[in-house]
Parts: sequence; C-alpha cells; structure tokens
Amino acid sequence: MSWTLLDKCCEKCTHSLDNPCPDYIECRVNGPLCHSDKKCKELRKKRLEEIQYGAVGAKIKIPLSSCTLASGAENIYEAVKDYVEKNGLKISISISGCFGLDFLDPWIEFTSKGMPTAIYANVKPKDIPRLIKEYFEEHDVSSAYVLKNKTGKAKGEDKVPLLDELDVWKKQYRWVSRNCGIVNPESLEEYIATGGYRGLSRSLKMSPEQVIDEILKSGLRGRGGAGFPTGIKWRITREQKVTPKYVVANADEGDPGAFMNRLLAESDPFRIIEGLTIAGYAIGANQGYIFVRAEKPLMASRLQKAVEEARKYGLLGKNILGSGFDFDIEVILSAGAFVCGEETALLAAIEGRRAWPRQRPPYPAQKGLWGKPTAINNVETLAHVATIMAEGAEAFASVGTEKTKGTKMFCVTGSVKRPGVYEVPVGTSIRYLVEELAGGAVEGSAIKAVQIGGPSGGCIPASKLDLPLDYETLQSAGAIMGSGGIVVINDKNCMVDVAKFFLTFTSAESCGKCFPCRVGLKILWDILDKITRGQGTEEDLVVLRHVANTVKYASLCALGGTAPNPVLSTLRYFMDEYEAHIKDKTCPAKVCKALITYTINEDKCIACGQCAANCPVNAISKQESGKYSIDVDKCIRCGTCYVVCPVGAVEKHSRGRRRSGGEMKW
Amino acid sequence: MSIKPRSKEPKTPLEENNMFRGLKRAPHNLIEALRRVQARYGYLPPEGIKQAAEYVGVPFSQAYSVATFYHQYSLEPVGKYRILVCMGTACHLRGNDLNFEFLRMLLGLKEGQKTTKDGLFSLEVARCFGCCGLAPVVVIEKPDGTRQIIGNANARVLRAAIIKYRRQEAGGNE
Repeated sequence: MSWTLLDKCCEKCTHSLDNPCPDYIECRVNGPLCHSDKKCKELRKKRLEEIQYGAVGAKIKIPLSSCTLASGAENIYEAVKDYVEKNGLKISISISGCFGLDFLDPWIEFTSKGMPTAIYANVKPKDIPRLIKEYFEEHDVSSAYVLKNKTGKAKGEDKVPLLDELDVWKKQYRWVSRNCGIVNPESLEEYIATGGYRGLSRSLKMSPEQVIDEILKSGLRGRGGAGFPTGIKWRITREQKVTPKYVVANADEGDPGAFMNRLLAESDPFRIIEGLTIAGYAIGANQGYIFVRAEKPLMASRLQKAVEEARKYGLLGKNILGSGFDFDIEVILSAGAFVCGEETALLAAIEGRRAWPRQRPPYPAQKGLWGKPTAINNVETLAHVATIMAEGAEAFASVGTEKTKGTKMFCVTGSVKRPGVYEVPVGTSIRYLVEELAGGAVEGSAIKAVQIGGPSGGCIPASKLDLPLDYETLQSAGAIMGSGGIVVINDKNCMVDVAKFFLTFTSAESCGKCFPCRVGLKILWDILDKITRGQGTEEDLVVLRHVANTVKYASLCALGGTAPNPVLSTLRYFMDEYEAHIKDKTCPAKVCKALITYTINEDKCIACGQCAANCPVNAISKQESGKYSIDVDKCIRCGTCYVVCPVGAVEKHSRGRRRSGGEMKW
Repeated sequence: MSIKPRSKEPKTPLEENNMFRGLKRAPHNLIEALRRVQARYGYLPPEGIKQAAEYVGVPFSQAYSVATFYHQYSLEPVGKYRILVCMGTACHLRGNDLNFEFLRMLLGLKEGQKTTKDGLFSLEVARCFGCCGLAPVVVIEKPDGTRQIIGNANARVLRAAIIKYRRQEAGGNE
C-alpha cells in the first residue's frame, strides 16, 4: 500500500502506537507540526489532493448504502468496474455514503482534475459506458444532474445547476450530516482529512468536567426522542461513585419511517465512534457499546469496520493520543425487537436477556448495564457531540430555538415528491420541510396529515403544518418529536386504517411484560378492526378513548405510554372519518376493504389483459365485447388490478348503504 | 427433481467449534450465539439452542426465552429464500399490504402459512429496513446470506423476481 496521511512523514515524527503524539490529528492535515520540512509538507498536501481526485487524477464515486443498494447501486458498481477494467482506463473507483436525497438514487459522481465534479442521478447500468465516455473523453457534462463546482472547461456546464444552488441542498443546514455522501465511510484517512477526530483531540486536552461544561453550554438535547439534556445526563453519570462505568450508543432505530441514524452510521461511521469516545472520556468509562438494530446489518458492519480501523491507528485502545485514557468499543447486533429502543430494554438485550424494560428510577445513569452507571445516547446525539467538540459550542448554539439549540435530521417519506433525509435547525416549520425541501405532495394528491415520531407519535392535520418542529410544541399538538420521522399521508389514505396500522405494529411489538400495554393495545386494535369492517358503533368510540388513555397512563415504559397516540390524535383531528365508517358505513378514502368494491370502466379499458393475468383468484374475465370485468363475488379486493392497470380503468366504489336499496349485506 | 430446503436436521454432534469460533464464552453473547446457530441451520433447532446456552453458560430456559422473544429467530425451518415484506409506515401507505397479499397468492400460501410446500420460499412481514424513500420495499434473503433489496416494489417486479429464483433453482438441480 502506498503512503497515507495516517503514516509517518519522515523519521523525525515521534508518533507510534506505544508512544502516541497528542497532536497526531492536527498534524495529519496541517503537519508536520513538530519539525519544519518542506518535503513533508508537500507530501501531505499531495496526498490530500489524491484523496480528492484519486491517485490517477480521475475518480468515480459510487454510493453504497442501504437506500442506494435498494435502487440498484450494486449493479452500477459492477458495471463501472467492468467497463473501467475492460478498457484499461486510468480511473480510480471509490465508494461513498448517501446524501439522504433518495429521489436521486442511484447516483454516481465523476471527478477529474480541471473538470467540474458532476453528479448523475437515477443512473442505469446500461448508461455507464456512455456517461464515462462523455465525461472523461469528450469533457461533456451536459447530462449531469448537478455539478459541485464549475471550471469553465467542460462542455454544457451552463445548462447544469450547481449543487449549492439546488433547493434541497441550500435550504438545509447540513451540520452533523455534512460528510454524508461526501466521504468514503470505510476510510479513516478521508474522515481525518475532512476535519474528523479534531473533536476528540481537543477534548482529550481538556478535563472531563470541561468537556461536560462545553456540552452543557451548547444546550444539546438528546436526539432520540425524549430530549433530555445530554450534558446533565453525563454529569449525573460522572458523579456516581460506582465503577466501572459504561457508555452505550443506541443505534436501535426502530421507528418505521426514520432512518437518519442508519444514514449517519452508513455514511459517516467514524463520527459516531468519535462521539462515543468523547462520551466515555467525559463520564469516565473505559468500555462502550453500540447496539445496532437487526434489520440494518450494513449499519453494523460499517460501524464494526470503523471500530477496527480506529483501533488499528490507536484512536481506540490504550492511551489514546497520549492522554492516558483507555477506551474500547464493541458493536452488538440486535436480534430484532422494537422495544429495544427503550433504554432499560436495550440494556437487558446487551446483557443477553429478553429485552424487557424495567421500572425507572433508578435511571441507567445510576444503575445501568450490569448494575453500573451507564450513559445511553442516541447515534445522532453522539455525532453532534463530535461536531460540537470540533467546532465549539457557540457555533452549534447559533441556530435553533431558545429551549432547543442546534439542528436535527428529519426523514420525510410517504406521499411527497422528494423523500429523503433533511437536516434543518430545530424549530423549523413542518411546512418548510414537507413543501420546500421534500417538494410537497405527489402529483394528483393533497396532503391530509403528517405523522410525526413513528408509531408512538401522532397525526397532525394539514391545517397545522405551520407548527414549528420542537419538543414542546409537538407534544402539545398530540405528537412527539421521536427520532424525527415524518410520514406524509395524502387524501388517498384512510386515517382509521392508518391508526389501525400503527396499532398492528405496536401491539405486535409490545414486549408483554405489563398488562395495560399487552392487553390494552389488543383491545384498541380489535375496536379499530371492527370499525374498518363497517361494524362499529358509537359506543366503540367511547371505549376506544377510554382504553387509549388507560394504556397511556398505566404502562410501564414509553412504548405503551406513547402507543395510543395515533388513536388519540386521529380521534382528535379526524373524527369525521371515524363517523363516516360508523354511521354511513363508508370509507371516504376508499381504503378499507370491507367497504369498497372494484369495477372496470369499459370505456377506459384497452383490453390489454394485465388485470386478468395478475389477478390471484381469477376473478377477472374477458367479456364478449373484448373488455374485461370483475366478478364481485369472487373478488377478494386485493387491489392488484387497480395497481397494474396501465390506463386507470379499474375503479373503486364505496360499498355503503346505497347498494342494494339501502339494505346491508355482511 | 426435488428442491431441498436450506434447513436440514442438525447432525449430531453439532459442529460447535466451527460455529462459535472467536466468540467469548460470556452470558451477554447469547444473542450472537443463537444468531450463529440460526445462520448455520436456517432456524433454531432445540439442540442448537441447548448448545448456544451451554457455550455461553446460561440455563436452557433463558436461551429459550430469548429465542422466542426476538423476531429474527425462527423456531421452525424456513424456506431457502426468505421474502421479507416491509410493513413500515411509508411502505404500508404505498401499498405493501397489497404486495404481501399478492405474494401470498402467488406462492400459494394459506393465511398464516409461512413456508411453501417445496421449502423454497417463506414469506414474512418485516420491520422497517430504513429505505423508506424507496417505499414499498421487499427484501429477499438468499441462501448464501446476501440480500436483494427491491425498492418501489409492485406486482410486476415481484413476479419477475420469484420466477427468476424458481428458474435458478430448477436449473441448478438438473
């Protein structure tokens, strides 16, 4: 392997794993610091350039993270490798994380010295030869989606916008996600070259108390949902007399609709490792654990690789950077349980037991892992810690609201044009995120509500989109900040069905330890199911509200305490839909299966036969006219024909009272 | 021509040394030990749970309680290809329940039945994979442990995927 920034520049460098230099990190980028030598300085400068443009002056970057892989980035990677090898091109190939802009996937980035850096979106493997030829041979960037910079030397530069000019980019405040999609997540060298590990280096030169003070000064609150001030949590843990102490990174991101932690860990894992190391130093722990969700194995393997890299270069292990502080990290993969996101359940899982939450207090800060004081922080919080320690508390606290400083990553998904992860200052309005950044509702639909905070959050109606996103405001509106997942629900979704969906999730995920949650959620689900089948009565609504409140106040942990939120918030804002189901026996959004029928509009039907070919129960047959029709008795209302019909000839109808002369047949 | 399911009855004695290589004998490694048993046999046979419990030094009852608690563990044999249909919020809203029904019909599974008769496919509901931007998402776990993630899944691409794997299996066994 050739020389890297992490190696010695010459024999004068005194750094070694046995005798680490406290200025190791600063020296990598601005060095050499302990001696002055033009040659050494040149060496580092040249290597920095190589990182940017590749060793041969031309580089192709392919994002490999779960979201891009889902849209076929692996095939792109193969296609690029194939083409470059077959034609003997002098281009280095590197991987990167993901921007969080899912509508671009899969994308690919071309860099070459003297040329503008170009990003191509929605690439297919068959485009690769053409794109490489255009960019590297003809110096033409006209088919690019965006450029990172302009040099005036390539063809078609004026037609392509700059990344910094794009709404989705310039309207964000990329603070903690700054490296996502930019650096190679498997390279410690790139992380350090872009300013990584400066936070740890600075922290180790301070006392642990000073580090805690700095975090307190920044006003950082936990980004996992509850919003507890991180500095106070650390101080309590530090003040405990019992040793050893532990730090735990909660990477069990279970909320469906939230994936900012996955994005961070897959795109910039070293930042999390660095944050956890700083947390360990501040509270006086020598062992850290990262608990990763089972459904996100790539996240675990990236973190594992990062831990091994950091260990190799002495950034984990004994006497880190000559400070006398020892610290190591173990990455633990969960076996899949939503309740693991609850901190006491997470500790039980790390200990190798059933993930059952327990009564608090004592809080984990007093009695946590194996009964020892433990500080548990969310992944995003730890990434913030590393960034705050590098940039200073003031820079962080310069944005946000009075009570909550800094930025937060939000995942906007569901019925929007540009789903993705967006980082904005806390206190930004929901409308800004959903409309300015995510592009508003998809064509042909209107936003009815947004669901914030995952299954434990609430539905906020479209009329309240101007609410600012901060912990207190959301709580009073009936939702929670949660991890920051925002799911946009449009007018084609039924709110009763949405509430039932969340109850399906939470009742299946209830760990079963305490009665209110185990039984109450099942009762709630049964009532909602009854309503969606058109058999609900007015009394059901009373019982629904009563049971929901009981579960909310009597459950042991936050899972049960927040699980009724979707029911309570839909009852609060969408009573009309519940009433339509109960009184008129109709589903206004035409979602609830028992209340709709499908027919084929003969005028629109083009007789392509797609519906009949895909019908799982053969309920669709060809008529004498050559068009198709659905046998209502055979139809199971699966909706497949509705989805596959290329011309929209399949129509949904309310089944309600109007049919068969007002008489109900169930 | 018959297709053999991935999960075979474990040979006795279990190849413990291979399976648990590099794993520290500590109770907190129980979850990882069980995972390795499952990776080896495709599911958790009682003997496997016993071996994991003995290896990390906990009673069988505790290992069993853990094995029955977490979603990733299966106490029954599963198909060679594990089809996981995401039931996260975004996927639900974009119609993954329809995809699930479609797959169930396509594979000829009764309600509640998990694995096809030939042992080739099993169909399961899964939690969010964190690819919500590409909802609805279906993941197919292949026998070699790799995963095919299908974003923007619909009846057409799912049918194509199932046909592809069926063909591969038929071809591989000739």
